[in-house]
Formats: sequence, structure tokens, C-alpha cells
Amino acid sequence: MTATQAVQKPELTRKDFVSDAEVRWCPGCGDFSILAQVQKCMPKIGVPRENIVFISGIGCSSRFPYYIDTYGFHSIHGRAMTLASGLKASRPELSVWVITGDGDGLSIGGNHFLHTLRRNMDINIIMFNNRIYGLTKGQYSPTSEQGKRTKSSPMGSISYPINPVRAAIASEATWVGRSVDIDTKHLSSMIMAMASHSGASFLEVYQDCKIFNAGAFSHLTDKTVRDDRLLYLEPDQPMLFGKEKQYAIDIKTHRPMILDMERSRMDSKDLMKYDASDPTLAYMISNLDYPKFPVPVGVFVDIERASYSDLLEGITNEAKEKAEGPDDLRTLLSGNNTWSIE
Amino acid sequence: MSSRVDVQNSAEEKLQTADRISQDLDRVTIRFAGDSGDGMQLTGMRFTESAAQIGNDLATFPDYPAEIRAPAGSLPGVSGFQIQFSTNEVYTPGDEPDVLVAMNPAALKSNLGDLPHGGTIMVNEDAFTTNYLRLAGYDENPLDDGSLNEWRLIRVPITRLTLAAVEEVGLKKSLAERCKNFFTLGLVFFLYQRDTDQTKKWIDNKFGFNLDVARANKLALQAGYNIADTLEVFQTLYRIPKAELSPGLYRGINGNLAVSLGLVAAARKAGLDLFYGSYPITPASEILHELSGMLSDGIKTFQAEDEIAAIGATIGAAFGGALAVTGTSGPGIALKSEAMGLATMVELPLVIINVQRGGPSTGLPTKTEQADLLQVLYGRNGESPIPVLAATTPADCFNMTYEASRLALKYMTPVVLLTDGYLANGTEPWRIPNEDELPEINIKYANSEDYQDRKFAPYERDENLSRPWAIPGTPGLEHRVGGLEKDLLMGRVSYDPDNHQQMVETRAAKIAGMAKDFPPLEVNGPDNADLLILGWGGTTGAITSAGEQLRAKGYSVANCTLRYLNPLPNDLCEVLERYKQVLIPELNLGQLKLLIRAHCLIDPIGLNKVTGKPIKIQEVVDKAITVVERPESVDEQETDKGAQP
Repeated sequence: MTATQAVQKPELTRKDFVSDAEVRWCPGCGDFSILAQVQKCMPKIGVPRENIVFISGIGCSSRFPYYIDTYGFHSIHGRAMTLASGLKASRPELSVWVITGDGDGLSIGGNHFLHTLRRNMDINIIMFNNRIYGLTKGQYSPTSEQGKRTKSSPMGSISYPINPVRAAIASEATWVGRSVDIDTKHLSSMIMAMASHSGASFLEVYQDCKIFNAGAFSHLTDKTVRDDRLLYLEPDQPMLFGKEKQYAIDIKTHRPMILDMERSRMDSKDLMKYDASDPTLAYMISNLDYPKFPVPVGVFVDIERASYSDLLEGITNEAKEKAEGPDDLRTLLSGNNTWSIE
Repeated sequence: MSSRVDVQNSAEEKLQTADRISQDLDRVTIRFAGDSGDGMQLTGMRFTESAAQIGNDLATFPDYPAEIRAPAGSLPGVSGFQIQFSTNEVYTPGDEPDVLVAMNPAALKSNLGDLPHGGTIMVNEDAFTTNYLRLAGYDENPLDDGSLNEWRLIRVPITRLTLAAVEEVGLKKSLAERCKNFFTLGLVFFLYQRDTDQTKKWIDNKFGFNLDVARANKLALQAGYNIADTLEVFQTLYRIPKAELSPGLYRGINGNLAVSLGLVAAARKAGLDLFYGSYPITPASEILHELSGMLSDGIKTFQAEDEIAAIGATIGAAFGGALAVTGTSGPGIALKSEAMGLATMVELPLVIINVQRGGPSTGLPTKTEQADLLQVLYGRNGESPIPVLAATTPADCFNMTYEASRLALKYMTPVVLLTDGYLANGTEPWRIPNEDELPEINIKYANSEDYQDRKFAPYERDENLSRPWAIPGTPGLEHRVGGLEKDLLMGRVSYDPDNHQQMVETRAAKIAGMAKDFPPLEVNGPDNADLLILGWGGTTGAITSAGEQLRAKGYSVANCTLRYLNPLPNDLCEVLERYKQVLIPELNLGQLKLLIRAHCLIDPIGLNKVTGKPIKIQEVVDKAITVVERPESVDEQETDKGAQP
């Protein structure tokens, strides 16, 4: 064994990220799959385990930090992004992750969602969207479809839902993605992609709540229909879907439409390619919804923009250059208008 | 008695300075009052600086409206700045002014009631126009109708004289007129024989970007000074010799600046980065401004999207190992209270500054009050004990902020520091401490080496019941905290009934035990007496002065101030029992009184004022003499008024 090898830390595996806490989600909950994918990805993101922090709010998804063996903070309802922002602003070297839900992140925490994204705070936000309040036993959430009957909406909800991806794009997010709890391969590719993005990244995950909203996404995500009803966005690739990739989304006169490749005799080379660096296109595509269109998943937005941490470092350096006099405490306390009494 | 300055004749009235009478005074209180656009705060600050440089002790009280620019000439638009400067130690900006400088009829009308008969009024008579008189609600011009006969009235055509003085600069009229506050300052400088050089230097620094404006302001200042020299009405000049302050390097400081510097000092001394997360709110925003201006590797500020985000970010920074601080006023505390409970539950160090203002709700944003005491003590769900400290003077805000930081770090707990609008904006001289004068701040981090052969226990407590601080980046100490109840050692989520009982009691015991860390109560006056005047926070100055005045007259009175309100000092009840009665003046309807009654089972007398104004010395004295026996030696006529210029 060489000296170099001796000091090298053993490579971590998923097991190193499993905490000793008993996981207390309902059997069959989509959260299990997301937890497993995140635990699998963490050894691969190139950050020492002690520099990873998971912060959550309140809700079923927000129990997440207890189950992953990193530094973790289970905070209060809706506020995870505020804690994450303060932590990242003061400790830019940490890899900070926020776990939230549709109620936690878009209802009570809606304001923080908007501001964390527009600041381009360099944190990774995963929103488990099950379109229901689970932990409070089944009220309609901000993403519940209109007309949804729940305990608090026995006549059907009269509220229009919000689309998390669209809200994120409108909030100037620099990385926006969507994935599905049961599509583990796609989910882990999204987690890896957001981890490497500099600046705020936001991933919506369609997540099934077996108890209060079972099958909310199965009309889209079941293996039998997935190919036809989900559009997997690929960077700089045409937007093809269907089992044989026989359909495409194209945009003419600002209106997305479905092309049947065979009937239209289009060559896929001539199709519009998806460009994640264009938020306007992303916004248009994010509007596609079943049943008229397949629902897009994948990376909607991926743009380079200086993160909050980068900008803070920049102005700190500028302030240091401008600072006059020594940097000792007495100078700081004295200011520039003093007098002496003998 | 009225003196009128005539523009045309002023030159002929020139007097030789040598002919004047110079009189020494112990102390003087001046109030500058004008439209919120007249620059009275600036005039007051410059006068303050000059008094400080001379070595007077002083205290100031800026009093401004909530509107940035209320309609010109209107009563709600009046902004005031009061300063007491003295050759002796002063504890307050003075109950009532000796001199009122009124820049317009509204300023006269809204301040005259505070000016005792015989006091001096200096007015800008040019502003007493029909329109301004009407706006102030005057039917007749008070300068002419004899209604001011009880005072000494000095009429100066300040606007015209200012315009004449700055004419050569060629500014447009609206800009030229704005120099009248420096002209006025020149008049007052002459009256109290102050040098104009320092202020001219300040003008150069401040207006250096616009040389014409700088020049005009300097001309106006000097013209005011020179014209005063030519005027008969300024026949008597006043000298307030310097006070005996302890030697050292001084600066003027207000409460908000003192809080900011206290945080910087504590962070440096503790070897931590300072993180200040805040949302703009009157009267606390200045702390955010001050610290943002000091940005460096070790000082970071974060202007959050709301009050909740401000404390959330602060808790995040505390988890990350910073000296984490948030500052606000009462409405902000209301929004932060859930997060304050979280900080209590996770036992992370946090300093929460509450610069109190008039409430409830939006209340009186620019006025002072002490009505958030019970809010910060009890305004949270569950048993959520948080230590509460209160600063007593603007400069004491430095000490108590430092102390709040020290305690937060030592006991791993959020700590609330109460100041108020009166302390935040009031200025006094502050001797700048050396680093070695500041108490040590020790932090007990959890280190990887200590947990080589066992699992990290986040709630393992030391002799102070304080838990270890394991910050992200420390290998092997990965752990989870959160708002759910935790088992008492390993910090896993626990719903166990006995564990909750024990954790609630332990958190309470930790905070209660902090009292052993507090200094003994300091009482001014006799150890046993008929009356103890007990106060907290910003009323301390008035209470201290009232105690001194009463004792000088032979009353059996002592006074004492609480700087620790939770836990209350261990010796408190014992001290209170030595006095026949306890009087508690406070700017609320009896919040400390309620606490003292519950804590010590005594029944104090309240003096409760909620006008948005600070309490006056005289109000405390008047109340005290209704409850204590009058000593035989007291001469009814003899009052301590100080000297009138």
C-alpha cells in the first residue's frame, strides 16, 4: 500500500448516506424512491459527506433529512429555503440541498421560493409534488387540480392550481427540471445534473401519495402509457415522443403542435431543437399538458448566471480593496470621527 | 420680550464682542424644529458633534415623523432634534428645551407647549407667511400678536439672510434656500461660542461631489455666525465648559450604531464570522445599513424578502457556525416568533435585536415605547424560554449587544436584546474600548477527535446545560436537528412522554441557570429607603436623574435598573424587599410591574406612559413625591431648573 493510498478515504457508497433513523413513510410512498436515488447520487457529486447539508420544511417529504446521513435540518413550515440561503451565504463551500413539497414550497413558503430562485442562491431544491397535503391528512394543495374533492373541498376545489416548473421559470431560476418518482434512472440523472449546476436549481418530482392522492400521476407515468404521455426533453435535441419516437413537438407561430413524423414526412433534423438556455421557450414548453399534449420532463432551463455566492465574493473583494487603514477591531470601532479626552 | 433682526440695519448694530457678557452655564437644552425637509436632524447632529468635540457630556433625541416628506409647512411634517449638553454628566436629552429654534409656524406651534416660560424662541420670521400660518392653524401671526410675551423671542429673517449670503455662488433659489439650516447653525454656534471649522470640514466631506453646494453651505454657516455677532439680541453669550469624562478616545454613537459595533466586536472576539439577516423596518434599519457598510470577509449582511426569511437565514447561518444575528422592531418579532421557537428547540446561538417602537400593529413607527417585553418573553407557542436583555443608554447598546452575543454562544440559545427608538436614535459620547477590555467569549465546538470511538450526541450537555456546536464541514459529526422534540441525548425524533417532560424542564433550567452569570444589581442611593425606583431599558436616564434630584432634596429614595429581564437577576427580590415601596416607570401599561409582582410577590406602583415620547425626569420626580414622605428640609420653592440662556 502506497502512502497516497493510505491517506485516501475509502469511496463512499449509498450505505454511507443511510442514517440510523427508521424511515416512517407510508408503504408504497413515492418518497422512498426519491430518497434512494438521492442516497445513490450523493457519493458521486464530488463533495465530502461532511460538506453536504439537507434542509427541509414541514410535511411528509420534509422528514427526508432524518433519513440521510449528512448534516441536516428539519426546520419549520415553508422556511427551508430561508435557512438554506443563510447557510449558503455564510458557508459557500457547502453543498446545500432543500427538500420541500407542493404545500411547503408553494403555499406557505411561496415567497421564499420566488426570492431564493431570483437571487440565484447556489442551492439545490427538490420539490416532491403529490398534489395534496398528506401530513395533515388530505386537503387540496396549490398544485391540486381544480375540482378536486378533498376533506376541505367536498364540492371540489375552486382554486386554480399553480405549475411549479412555470413558477420557477417566472422566478428567474437558472436551472429547472422535472422528473418522476418511479422513473429512477431519469430521476438520478436529474439529481446529478442539478448538483453540478452553479446557482439555484429547482427540480419538481411527481410523487405518488398512496394514501390521500393515489395514482395522481399514473395516467402519465405508468409504464404502459409513459412513452406517449411524457415528453423527455433532451438538450439540443428535437422534442420527440412515443414508443418509436414517432411524434414530435414543433413550434410554429408561437404555438406548439404535435407532428406525426411519418405522416408529415418530416426529417427529425428539420425539427425545432430544445434549447434550455432560452427561458421563453422553456415557459412555452412548460405549458404543455395532458391530454392535449404529452407532459414534458427533463431539464427545462439551464443557463449560466453568476450565483449569489459568486456575487457576494465579488463585492466582498471590492470592499476589501477599498478599505482604508488596518483591519483591527479598534479601527473598526473608531470610524472616522473621533476625539481624545486627556 | 421680543427682539427683531432687521436685514438692512444689521450692519449698523454691530457690537464689539468684547462688550458682550459671557456667562457660564452647567447645561443647556436646545430643540431644533422645522419641516421634515428643513434639515433639522442634520443641524442637530452637527451641533452635537461640536459639543462632543469640546468635551461636553451630552444626550440627544431626534423626533421625526413617519412620513418622509409630509406636506411642507404642516403640523404632521414637523421634525425635531433635541440636545442637552453639559459640563456635568447627563443621562437624558433634557425634559424640556431652554431654547427652541423654530423654522416655521408649524414647528413653533407643535413645540411651544414644551418650552417653559422664560425660555428662548429663535424663529425664521420669513416662514411666517399667510400660507404657512394657515397650515399651522394660526389665525394671527404669533410673532406680532403678543402671544409669545412669556418667552424671549428672537426673530431672524433666516431665509432672506441665507439667500443674500449664498448669492455669489449662483445656485438656483430652491437649492440656495436649503442652506438655511447651516445659517441657523451658525447663529447657534455664535450664541454658545462654538468653532465653525469642524463643521466646515464636515461639509467639505459630505458635499465634496458638488463644490457649489459645499461652498454655499459654508458661506451660510459663516454668515449666520457673523450676523449673530452683529446683533444686539445676542448680547449675552454662553459657555458650557467641558465635562469631566474619563480619558480616552471618543466618538459620538447612537443606539443603532452601538448595536452594530457591539456585534462586530463580539464576532471578532469570538473568532467568528458575523452574519446579519434583516428586513427593512423602522427604527432598526440603520443597523442593517451600518453593517452593510462594513462588508468584509468576516461581516456579511443579508437583506431578506421578509422578516421570517431574515430569521430563517440567520438560523441557517448559526447552524453553519456564524455569530448569527437578526434585527427588527415589534411587528417583525411577531413574524419571527415561530422561528424563535425553532432556535430554542434546536439550541443554536442567535442574537435577536428588537428596537421597540409604538404599537400595537404598525402603531407609531418613529416613536418610542417599551411595550414588547411580554411579547419577547411569552409570545411563542409552547414552553419556549428565551433570555431577554435590555440596553439602558445609546452607548450601553454596545455593551448589551456584546453581552447578548456572549451569552448566546456560551449557552447555545437565542437571546433577545431590547432597545427602543429613543435609544436607537439618541446620541451620546462613547469611549472606544480596547480589545482587551472586552470580556472573553469562549465557544465549545464539538470536534471529530472527541468522537473517534463513539457516536456524536448532539444534546450531550455541559455544566451550563449547554449542548455542543458541531458545524457542517466537521467529518464524522453529521447529525440532524429540527423542530420536532428530540431524545435527550442523541437527538433523534422522540414522542416519548417522559422525554418531552425532561426536555422542556431542561431547556427551562438552562435559561434559568444563566442568572448565575449576571453581575449583582447596582442600586444608586441608600441600601434601605422608603422608595426604590426600578426601571429597565431606555427609561434608565430619566430614572437615574430623578433619583439624584430626589436624594439631593433629602428624599429617602434609591434607584435601580434591570438589564437582564429573563432570567431576572438572582438578587432581585432580596434587593426589592429592602425598600418600603417600589415604583416602576415604564413606557407601557405595566409589563415589568406584572413580572415583578409574579416573581417577587410584591406590589409595585406603576408610572405608565404611552405617548410615544420618552419619560421625563420631572414626571418620575412628581410621581415619586406622591408616594414618599416629604423630608422636612425640602424648600418648596427650590427647584433644579439649570440655567436659562
